[in-house]
Amino acid sequence: MQRLLAGRFAVLVLTLFLSVPLARAQLSIEITGAGAQRIPIAIVPFAGEAALPPGITSIVRADLERSGLFRGLELPPLNPHPTEASSLDYAEWRARLADAVVLGSIATRPDGRFEVRFRLHDAVKQTPLGGVAYTMAKGQVRATAHRIADYVYEKLTGEKGVFSTRIAYVVKRGKRFELQIADSDGAEPETALASFEPIISPVWSPDGRRLAYVSFESKKPVVYVHSLQDGKRHVAANFRGSNSAPAWSPDGTRLAVTLSREGGSQIFVMNPDGSGLRRLTSSAAIDTEPRFSPDGQWLYFTSDRGGSPQVYRMRASGGEPQRVTFEGSYNVSPRLSPDGKSLAYITRNGGKFQVALLDLTNRQVQILTDSDRDESPSFAPNGRMILLATVIGGRGVLSAVSSDGRVKQRLTATAGDVREPAWGPYIQ
Amino acid sequence: MRAIRITALAAATAAAFLLGACSSTPEDEQAPAGVESRDAGAGKPGAGTSGVGRPPVASVDLTDKQKDRMSMLKDPNSILSKRSVYFEFDKYDIKDEFKPVVEAHAKYLRDNPGAKMLIQGNADDRGGREYNVGLGQRRSDSVKKMLILLGAKEPQIESVSLGEEKPVCGEQSEGCWSKNRRGDMLYGGEY
Repeated sequence: MQRLLAGRFAVLVLTLFLSVPLARAQLSIEITGAGAQRIPIAIVPFAGEAALPPGITSIVRADLERSGLFRGLELPPLNPHPTEASSLDYAEWRARLADAVVLGSIATRPDGRFEVRFRLHDAVKQTPLGGVAYTMAKGQVRATAHRIADYVYEKLTGEKGVFSTRIAYVVKRGKRFELQIADSDGAEPETALASFEPIISPVWSPDGRRLAYVSFESKKPVVYVHSLQDGKRHVAANFRGSNSAPAWSPDGTRLAVTLSREGGSQIFVMNPDGSGLRRLTSSAAIDTEPRFSPDGQWLYFTSDRGGSPQVYRMRASGGEPQRVTFEGSYNVSPRLSPDGKSLAYITRNGGKFQVALLDLTNRQVQILTDSDRDESPSFAPNGRMILLATVIGGRGVLSAVSSDGRVKQRLTATAGDVREPAWGPYIQ
Repeated sequence: MRAIRITALAAATAAAFLLGACSSTPEDEQAPAGVESRDAGAGKPGAGTSGVGRPPVASVDLTDKQKDRMSMLKDPNSILSKRSVYFEFDKYDIKDEFKPVVEAHAKYLRDNPGAKMLIQGNADDRGGREYNVGLGQRRSDSVKKMLILLGAKEPQIESVSLGEEKPVCGEQSEGCWSKNRRGDMLYGGEY
């Protein structure tokens, strides 16, 4: 990794414009590595955006730069100020070294809401690539900016953007645990659950409306399903013994869980309401951390049946497990990439716990991180980035690494330990 | 969210009320005993008089025994006040030095078939949280198994895991980790 990053190591600190109450854990993002070739893009402040702080284009630019694939250009004051309606002098923008240009405006509507219009231009091919108009309320500046960033990202890279998605994670401050939901950039965190007992292993339902997680509020691990919109939660698994490690099937109709009700830690599947329970593994080992493959055909899981914890897989209906990881003596927390072609997991590498990525086609393993206490990897829905928990300076922080290992980011809270991240699905 | 907050608040208020109710009527503040017991003494059996004909009623006071039992479990001079079994790294067999403790609790569970126990297994914080839940479960299962071998009944004991989530020691050192690789035995009313 060091070799890969040598020569293009960039550190950018983006202080996010978070106008949220101080009691919330604010995550600020530090980008500690970027892609080899970043597209130079000119994002011209939208006409009228000063009336809506923090300024919609600053969020669009921060999003695009955070991906490691774009470099926002510094612009002088422009007179006249161009908007999406302006005809563009492409030669002028090429002279400013821009490969792409975003122009736009914000106008107040009679109903008090705002209309945001923008247009994206390819300055190299000297052609407009399209534009969109959004109607938004005053409180939707961030959400709108993320959508614009998604649009630009997809037009210029050919893959879907994830700036509009949300992340879940757990913050521990003193004796208090909070399950929080934030934008993918860590902004605008909201607390879905606060507890004096630990919360671990949150996982998003495929429709993004519910989270399953493990709460220790009854002095033992119990699996809950929690609806984000109304805060209603129900016990999904509270059998005798421990109940943990929930995972949704891709269609959202089944939950795989680890239960100790029949002794040891074994994998079961059930309906999200706890009915229809069926045992899938039958071993004297610890079998845990089940995860469905994106096609729903396989369950990947951690097992120490061979003497050390390794990743195995079996048919989602059960059956004989096959071993998947072979390098090293400690490989846990398997997560399939959204395309099902690679597997991220945590490996112990010379005493350090790091994120590894296994190419399931050619069996190549790459260590993606250089931190030493990594946990809980979680793919972005487009597979480009992996969010993870690690420890820096004795404090739990979130970090993200691109699946090629080049782009690295760190999300640091102003207070407390942050852990157990889970990247949510595309917003539907 | 709001509904949950209100419920939690209600629970907290109820708990505060109960606590308040208990503390406001300690035993030494009850009504003077002399007034309450003036007539009761005459009817008491076994006062040495004979022939008046009421059959004796022997008193069985479970509350006292409960107290005795609970105090036995908490008496620092009793081995039953010891509740923790410590484990080696990546191990879950019960070391010889902890066998007398487990034996004493097995006897207690045998002698008190109504007693219930929760065993919470724990792991140090190295490695994955969910795998550590598995390791903690192995430890609590190991204690449970020994208790049952020594005569405790299976329905008396639930073994669970807290994984690495409830450390008693927070530093990154073997001295600390060894305190966190632990099984704790708790009795009904203690958790």
